[in-house]
Amino acid sequence: MIKKPFFGWGSPRLKYPAIGGGEKEPVTEIPLPQKASILIDYPFEKITEMFLKKGDRVKTGQRIRLSEGGNDYFISTVTGTVEDISIYTGYMGRTYSAIHIEGVTEDQWDPTLSNAGDRLSTEICLKFFRRLPGIIDLERLVDPVVPLDAIVIKGIDEDLLVKTNQLVLLNNPEGLTKGVRYLKELTKAKRMIITVPPGLSSDAGNMDADVIKVKPVYPQALPKMIMKNVFKRTVPAGMTCEDMGVAFINAEAVVALADAIDNGVMPVDKNFTLIDKDGKSMNIRARIGTSFKDVFERLNIKTEHGDSIILGGPMRGRSVYMEDMPVNYNTDAIIIQHKDDITENVDIPCINCGECVRACPAGIQVNMLVRLLENGLYDEAAREYDLMSCIECGLCTYVCTARIPVFHYIMLGKAELAKQKSREVSNG
Amino acid sequence: MADRKLFVASHAPFWHNGSGVSSRSFNMILAAMPAVIMGIMQFGASALGVVALSVSSAMLWELLMNRLMKRPVSIGDGNAAVIGLIFGMLLPSVMPWWAILTGTFIAIVVGKQIFGGIGCNPLNPSLVAVAILTLSWNSLLDFDEALLNFDPGFYMVYPLGALKHFGVSAISNYNIQDLIMGRQSGGIGSTFGLGLIIGGVYLIARGHIRWEISVSFLAGIFLTSWIFNIADPSKYTGPVFHVFTGYTLIGAFFLATEDSSSPVNFIPMLLYGFIGGIITILIRNIGAFADGTVFAILMMNIANPLLDRIKPRAMGKGIEYA
Repeated sequence: MIKKPFFGWGSPRLKYPAIGGGEKEPVTEIPLPQKASILIDYPFEKITEMFLKKGDRVKTGQRIRLSEGGNDYFISTVTGTVEDISIYTGYMGRTYSAIHIEGVTEDQWDPTLSNAGDRLSTEICLKFFRRLPGIIDLERLVDPVVPLDAIVIKGIDEDLLVKTNQLVLLNNPEGLTKGVRYLKELTKAKRMIITVPPGLSSDAGNMDADVIKVKPVYPQALPKMIMKNVFKRTVPAGMTCEDMGVAFINAEAVVALADAIDNGVMPVDKNFTLIDKDGKSMNIRARIGTSFKDVFERLNIKTEHGDSIILGGPMRGRSVYMEDMPVNYNTDAIIIQHKDDITENVDIPCINCGECVRACPAGIQVNMLVRLLENGLYDEAAREYDLMSCIECGLCTYVCTARIPVFHYIMLGKAELAKQKSREVSNG
Repeated sequence: MADRKLFVASHAPFWHNGSGVSSRSFNMILAAMPAVIMGIMQFGASALGVVALSVSSAMLWELLMNRLMKRPVSIGDGNAAVIGLIFGMLLPSVMPWWAILTGTFIAIVVGKQIFGGIGCNPLNPSLVAVAILTLSWNSLLDFDEALLNFDPGFYMVYPLGALKHFGVSAISNYNIQDLIMGRQSGGIGSTFGLGLIIGGVYLIARGHIRWEISVSFLAGIFLTSWIFNIADPSKYTGPVFHVFTGYTLIGAFFLATEDSSSPVNFIPMLLYGFIGGIITILIRNIGAFADGTVFAILMMNIANPLLDRIKPRAMGKGIEYA
């Protein structure tokens, strides 16, 4: 854990990890697991036996439809038998369906994609590549009504300690160059931009994209900070970068896209950074669907009762409550935190020290905001104290002297407001 | 399922910079030490007694209130000790025990706990106590009267009292070196100028107090007294005397900077400190009291919520997407 420096009048300066300097970082491959689970963002109750049921045989790279229209599907990342389908409740009560596949054998590749004709067509892309490692939804990018102003390829990861995208930039510049070309053709985006940490720019130089160096200080790599500092366009409170015509995607997804289009092989592996209890960082490549438990066992990492497993980085990640959680398309990092290192929140009211106000990159008056949020005054928080301006960096909680879970309150407030809004819409 | 391995799930971020209320309080106490120790050396064992009783009774009142209000025991965070210590630093070394108990009762119970405890007090608790004691038993806090039979070996007329009652000519007995080194009459922990500055600079460097408030408060004192001095040097003394006498330095570094009752935004902090400095000098020069620091800061405490409305525009506020 990083401690407050002795001299502490400024806001915290947390640095992104920097790799490079010539040497390639080793990547550890995790072998195929015995069983795998695939998490899909599709309501459990809507899955019908017509398309998917227990006992189905699935092949690696097979596209499995979930509904009649054919727009909802998932890609099986392993070869095996569907053993069970269950519901998984995630962050802020969101539910997912988990498809458990057992008896995983050596890959038998489904030939549909490699036999498909022009793989660089919108139709094929949407049919197969809606989810790629490092990206959740390609549909929003490909063939939009209005072409995007820009696509920003993240060569520097948003959160601290995470090196997944930097590594892609370092290890696979050719794939990235190709991917940028394909993506431009598919999306007709006016501008392609790639963000890099200062040391890595030479590797990204030959691409058909503008290379922009990002100051490696947290939270400069967060999309809304890049919008403000690079595009000089501030995202209005409550809106997303995509509303402004700028989409952010991981470098890893671009490489995966290039690979799939060139070779006709579905990308089914995911790269991620794993941080052990002692802070040691490892670069891992595992099949999507491999449970964390299998990854840990393979790497000889022992977890104990009371530890924490964090999906993502230390500032914005989400802790999971079980080891059976599978590696997913968006698993950029896994952190295992020793039980003694877990920060505890305490029940002390805000002491008004102002640390959060100095740390907030969005200029929110967090000391007042948290008072409203603690009392559930979400509307007022959004109206008077800029709840919707929050860029979700977590620095306020990191510096909080009273150790209030400010970030948690903010996310809860945002979720409650969104719920309220959707209720208003559905009531007409 | 009893032996199932369970993981701790909490919300991001999973790091913390390690700061906490107790370490903040500890640093406040540490920073106050030079001034307190010097005060005890100057004024003797009775000063030690006053400070010790003040700190301990403040903590006991806090404990009592915790029990009465059925809240978790909060004396461990050190905030009550800090309030008690700062209150003790403002008192003359001969304060009777019952007045100290009354004072800490006012500070902790009336000043802090009835508003909801730490972080909820609208006014600086130590100052509330001093203000009420000043108004109730004025003679106890009149340093000339209280310290009448006291001879520590230096000129024992309260400097601001001399200035108030006998004018500029009376202060020629003081030299600046004595004032800085604590050889002056006053509160136990508020006379040693150098020690207070060292403590204040330490707190600023560690980020425990906000430098904007201290600097602007001193600037307010300095500028206002300078203007008075220029206007009529025969009636009003210069700024240096004001900075090193009375509660000015303890006010700038320990009183005005109290977290809960001071603003956190940049411009409000400057205004808060600066206006506080101006009011202090106005009270000293043309008001009824010899030292105006207590009431000036309390007044600014009241203005704090209003001042803190001057806030920077948050990112993305009030702009429309065109």
